[in-house]
Amino acid sequence: MEASHAISEAVKMIKPDVIAAYPITPQTHIVERLSEYVANGEIGAEYIRVESEFAAISACLGAEATGVRAYTSTSSQGLALMFEVLFIVSGMRLPIGMTVVNRALSAPINIWNDHQDSMSCRDSGWLQLYAETAQECFDLTVMQYKISENKDVLLPSMVGLDGFTLSHVYEPFFIPEQKEIDDFLPEYVPTHAILEPEQPLTLGPIGFPSHYMELRKTQVDAMEGSLKVIEKVFKEYSEKFPAQIKGTRPETYYHIEEYKMDDAQVAFVAIGSVCGSIKDVIDVLRSKGEKVGLVKIVTYRPFPMEALKKSLKNVKKIAVVEKALSPGANGPVFEEICSLLFEAKSDAEVRNFIVGLGGRDVKLDHIQKIFDMAKKGAGKKQEWMF
Amino acid sequence: MKKQRIDYGSLKSKIGNVEVTTGAVLESTGSTSKTKTGAWRSLRPLVDDKKCIGCGRCWTYCPEGCVHKKAEKVFQVDYDYCKGCGICANECPVKAITMVMEEK
Repeated sequence: MEASHAISEAVKMIKPDVIAAYPITPQTHIVERLSEYVANGEIGAEYIRVESEFAAISACLGAEATGVRAYTSTSSQGLALMFEVLFIVSGMRLPIGMTVVNRALSAPINIWNDHQDSMSCRDSGWLQLYAETAQECFDLTVMQYKISENKDVLLPSMVGLDGFTLSHVYEPFFIPEQKEIDDFLPEYVPTHAILEPEQPLTLGPIGFPSHYMELRKTQVDAMEGSLKVIEKVFKEYSEKFPAQIKGTRPETYYHIEEYKMDDAQVAFVAIGSVCGSIKDVIDVLRSKGEKVGLVKIVTYRPFPMEALKKSLKNVKKIAVVEKALSPGANGPVFEEICSLLFEAKSDAEVRNFIVGLGGRDVKLDHIQKIFDMAKKGAGKKQEWMF
Repeated sequence: MKKQRIDYGSLKSKIGNVEVTTGAVLESTGSTSKTKTGAWRSLRPLVDDKKCIGCGRCWTYCPEGCVHKKAEKVFQVDYDYCKGCGICANECPVKAITMVMEEK
């Protein structure tokens, strides 16, 4: 099945009460399939056909505030249109689950993959997890609800997957039994927001200067605390549903996935489906005796500082391969890697390689070249791999 | 959906001396009845009963629902919530409403 349908399958199995989404390429296949499931009665959810992404996320906000499980999905401009509401959802601590099928932002208009859309939302207070394979799409979608709905977290979450290069690609993946998913993820029990006339609550009130900072701090604390919850949920899921098809997911999910990092002197740091190609190149390089590895970031928000510090401790050269940018500065992941290395007093040489914007193919040659440049060192801080 | 009850006490936490709740949820409702937003007003609509023909346009157009219909053709401004936007005065066909500066 294609990775889009791995997501639809997972959403079916987590039994959402409300689905509100507006179709946008390359997210369409996910919600198309979900609407079929609702029409056939395979999902008991209310499917709200909205007139925009702003309405989709707003409908989910309203639904989740009544104490039910809500789901939405979007890409690119659609996510940009949701931007205002993203902060309201996280501020109100509503554990909505969303899939972002990563696509470039206009202008020029472009429907293909990069990470600019969700990276622009990294400060919105949503958890962000990124998938590399169809299996990870399925698994992370189930896990995101378990994490978000944890009473110590109560934060919305996005699962990112690469548009087309992952979303429209057919891959084998394992689907557990419905009963096992039900055991893992029971019905959502709201602990702070419901619509119940017998206990009326005010949700989303004004936060005066006397309270705003403290409320924001509780949100930041929850985000920080979620690192432990994510780790626990990842472990629980990995044990309950052991990997069935080789190479489709890590044995045990963790904030990062390390590939041949044990004695690595040169390391790639990357997110998403490009990691598959990087692993292939690493295999070739390793056969030639190069000490090279990859750190794939799965949990991007909260940022797994300690896990990355530990992983990159002995590495001398680091190539941060990114499908996103911040005009006027370096790529967002690069900046954060530099900041944690500074904290760790590392003297590693870090360089930022911008790849694959707007669906530009990232070829094995590109990755080989990145390795050569990173290993040699002493070049420009930011290199564009056209 | 099962009937749920929120354990409101469990949502409370303190940072310094400031008490907050998860997601800023408040157990009390109806705070609008306590917060009199009429204090925002700088211009007050005054109705000249002699000129008023009781057409009800002020009642229809008031964006805040602050003109109340007391009886047939009798309308009264609710100064607790009127913010003095002046739409009523603008819409009045017989110019029975004048906006005057609020004074202490």
